[in-house]
Amino acid sequence: MHIAVILKQVPDLVEEVEVDSNGTDIDRDSIKWKLNEFDDHALEQAVLLKESAGAEVTAVALAGDGVDQVLYAAVARGADRALKVATSDDRTDAPRAAAALAEVLTDMGVDLVLTGVQAVDDLHGQLAPILATHLGWPHVSVVSGVNLEGNQVRAQQEYSGGRMATIEVDMPAVLGVQAATRPPRYVPISRLRQVMASAELASVSAAGEAPALGSTVTRLAAPAQGEGAQMLEGRPESVAEQIVALLRERGLVEA
Amino acid sequence: MSGVLVYVESDGERVAPISFELLGLARQLADSLGGDVEALVASADPSPLVRELGGADTILEVTSPALAGYLPEAQEMVLVDAIRTRDPAVVLVGYTSAGLDLAAGAATATARPLVAYCVGLKVDGSDVIGDSQLYGGKLLATTRTPAPAVFSVVAGSFPEAAGHAGGRGEPVVMAPPAGLAQLRSRVLGTTGTGAGTLDITKAERVVSVGRGIGGPDNIELAEELAAAMGAELGASRPVVDSGWLPKERQVGKSGMTVKPKLYMAVGISGAPEHLEGMHDAGLVIAVNTDGNAPIFKVADYGTTCDLFDLLPAITALLKPVG
Amino acid sequence: MPEVEPERVHEDAHLVFEGMDISGQWNRMFEQRVIWQHDISALDRVTEIPGAESLGYCYQCGKCTPACPVDHVGDYSPRKVFRRTQVGADLLTSPDLWLCTTCGNCLRVCPKEVNMLQIMPAVREKAVTAGNVPAELQKAFENTFQYGNPMGEPARKRADWVAEAGAPVTILSREPRPVDVLFFVECYWAYHPRGRDAARAFARTMATLGIDWGILGAEEKCSCDSQRAAGERGLFEMVAEQNIATLARYQFNRLVTPDPHAYNSFRNEYPRLGGAYDITHYTQFLAPLMAQLPWQRELPYRVTFHDPCYLGRHNGEYDAPREMIRQIPGLEFVEMFRCKENGYCCGGGGGGMWLDSFTGQHTKQRLSERRVQEAVETGAEMLVVCCPYEVSRFEDAVKSTGNEGRLLVRDVIELVDEALH
Repeated sequence: MHIAVILKQVPDLVEEVEVDSNGTDIDRDSIKWKLNEFDDHALEQAVLLKESAGAEVTAVALAGDGVDQVLYAAVARGADRALKVATSDDRTDAPRAAAALAEVLTDMGVDLVLTGVQAVDDLHGQLAPILATHLGWPHVSVVSGVNLEGNQVRAQQEYSGGRMATIEVDMPAVLGVQAATRPPRYVPISRLRQVMASAELASVSAAGEAPALGSTVTRLAAPAQGEGAQMLEGRPESVAEQIVALLRERGLVEA
Repeated sequence: MSGVLVYVESDGERVAPISFELLGLARQLADSLGGDVEALVASADPSPLVRELGGADTILEVTSPALAGYLPEAQEMVLVDAIRTRDPAVVLVGYTSAGLDLAAGAATATARPLVAYCVGLKVDGSDVIGDSQLYGGKLLATTRTPAPAVFSVVAGSFPEAAGHAGGRGEPVVMAPPAGLAQLRSRVLGTTGTGAGTLDITKAERVVSVGRGIGGPDNIELAEELAAAMGAELGASRPVVDSGWLPKERQVGKSGMTVKPKLYMAVGISGAPEHLEGMHDAGLVIAVNTDGNAPIFKVADYGTTCDLFDLLPAITALLKPVG
Repeated sequence: MPEVEPERVHEDAHLVFEGMDISGQWNRMFEQRVIWQHDISALDRVTEIPGAESLGYCYQCGKCTPACPVDHVGDYSPRKVFRRTQVGADLLTSPDLWLCTTCGNCLRVCPKEVNMLQIMPAVREKAVTAGNVPAELQKAFENTFQYGNPMGEPARKRADWVAEAGAPVTILSREPRPVDVLFFVECYWAYHPRGRDAARAFARTMATLGIDWGILGAEEKCSCDSQRAAGERGLFEMVAEQNIATLARYQFNRLVTPDPHAYNSFRNEYPRLGGAYDITHYTQFLAPLMAQLPWQRELPYRVTFHDPCYLGRHNGEYDAPREMIRQIPGLEFVEMFRCKENGYCCGGGGGGMWLDSFTGQHTKQRLSERRVQEAVETGAEMLVVCCPYEVSRFEDAVKSTGNEGRLLVRDVIELVDEALH
């Protein structure tokens, strides 16, 4: 039973995300990157399946700045091996990444692909369904729990209003993970350093040309302010008084 | 290639509100692009739904027992088939769980570009100009995409009312795709909202906590405030995913939609997925130390005061004296 | 330990002596004590961990128990931890592992040198490796790794406090030049509102003194001393290497820091990793310079002082902050009963800053609350501190013990600044 987890980095929103001088992309030099939190959950889910069902886990990512650390961290977390996929260009968006990944995954004997349901920058679509379509495999997204049952995988799919469904899928399949059965575990830095010193990252090239996106970003900017909130100033005690006065004025709490 | 195809979501009995938003939007786009507004309904029995779809010119009905209940693989098969058969210039899907399943896969299978997270769409010649929310709502991307293309649309971006009428409403029966006989997945069961009595959608006041609360042990600060206000406690997705509060309290795209008279967002950044669940609230007050947090764009009042100082201060003022 | 050889002890159940029939019952007391028939493998598993051997030296005298600050609000001391482990508790998964603040008061009085300052980090490291970390602490580790500070604040804002300092502050990454003093600001002075108050007061004081100084700015990362004590040695070493590499790019004569934990790191841990500096705590740096300051006013406050564990017990400095207080005009100083070597820990050290929710479940009061009550008992109206952890801990404790209005908390540098303006 072989599980591949596809990982990618996204801008860390804790830091400011600034637009570049062209006004059509983020300033990729100034941002801090971190592992996409949904991919983090996908990785955790894969490791949980390894622990419960003895699956083998390969962490996969497209080559790029900082990707080595992401892959080492994945091995430190419990992945059995890591694979970097080099492409001929800088593609990071899902449609073009999926084409490269599908090429590589086809020959890897993979039964299940787990990846995050979405990312904060996947303007042109989410990786899981696109990858699945290239591979010709069934897929389910918005998954918040995965079990293995023989040659089938059972995924909990979430909808609005707290509704859920259990969907059984024949493998090979692709799942877009929203949440693992439990939150991602901590990896001690000493283990990460051990892995960085000893583990090897395999590398493979995806030969194919990147398909054209068919859409162009003409502008990237902070949304227009509009009215926005009226900001209350002052020390907490004063702001608290202002808020309570507002609430009493509108009859939302007892006077 | 012509017209606008809308993928209709439903619970089997009633059409989902997002679909009406899409139909209204479709009408605007079709007026500029030319062609009809077509609504795609894939179900075991579309008849209750067809009645509600007067906003479409044609209602494409695909009926099969394999389409009872929502199964991603089956729905996508029908959508892809409909796109190939009807060749619309624009396909509209909602940014919902179904949208996350279907839009990108269908776009890939039909070799059309997809633009996701749209809050605005309009036509310019034979191109579609879209505004999409990215980076947790911090940035808006404007795109130009020549038709044919697929767009997924954020709920609450367009008026629902526009989608209820104004079309010819002609039902067109389409044969279900042959592939439905060879599905590789199946629904084993569904659950509704938890068996408990908790239903935050009925609350008149909601105090919601986000990642900024820091940890499960700090939630009692919000609980105390909620109790003092007579409010229900809500949560954003990360708080629920971390196990700090139960799913029944989740507000947002994959949680509950609430319309209380008062909504206090505490330590919540205001990503579009959360806003979707509360943007119709009456008075919105947001507390977040990040002055640039998107939540302040939808809040009526806001403060960058530290919630650990502010919440107890408000609670103390609300508690009865003596 | 002398071995008792059973063969030389002759036991009879029944003896007739000079015609008297004597029951052998009393003989039983010479039977070999079966202490080693108890299973002490739980203790062995701990003392086998390199660094934790000294837990096995404990001979249960109990001197540590009244010295341990946690025992006053709970049920804890090295002796108790030893005993519980000896009879089978798994320290690696026990709450006992996380309640120690590494304050060092036990080591001061222990005749056998059971050293919690080594035991706790070593055993915690093993627990962390196995994935047993309280959630709040885990978050602090993750934040430190990702952002260079345990609070999760953006790294690029680390020097933002400078903007409203009211005095020029050289940020070396922007204006690289040799300086006399490189001031290592540390996380709480950089980001916490009350820490920033102190940082700005310090900047103004340095300007008044005409010192040639600078700070690293956004490149500075947490010294990670507390993360090390909380079990993340790997994180400590990684970030220390980064700090050492950053410092190597600048020229300075000495390193000064307001944080006793950073002071401890630079003094005692960094040299092993290749970072040897002339390091002083800001109170040690300023105390000899106090006489030069042009005081503008007298401060008519009755104050008491809290000795930070990592400056005092860990590194032997009790006088410098007191000298500063003595030199600030107008202050009336009164000692707390537990002062200097016997100071009572505020609860922030050893990872305690990020374990409040955890310790709250095992203690009846926070250490900082207990300390605040002690300060109030002296009749002082102000509690003076010189560690960045303490201002926020004690101000919270003032509120939660109902002492608002009765006790103010100030960093000593804030008083210096006040008396200068």
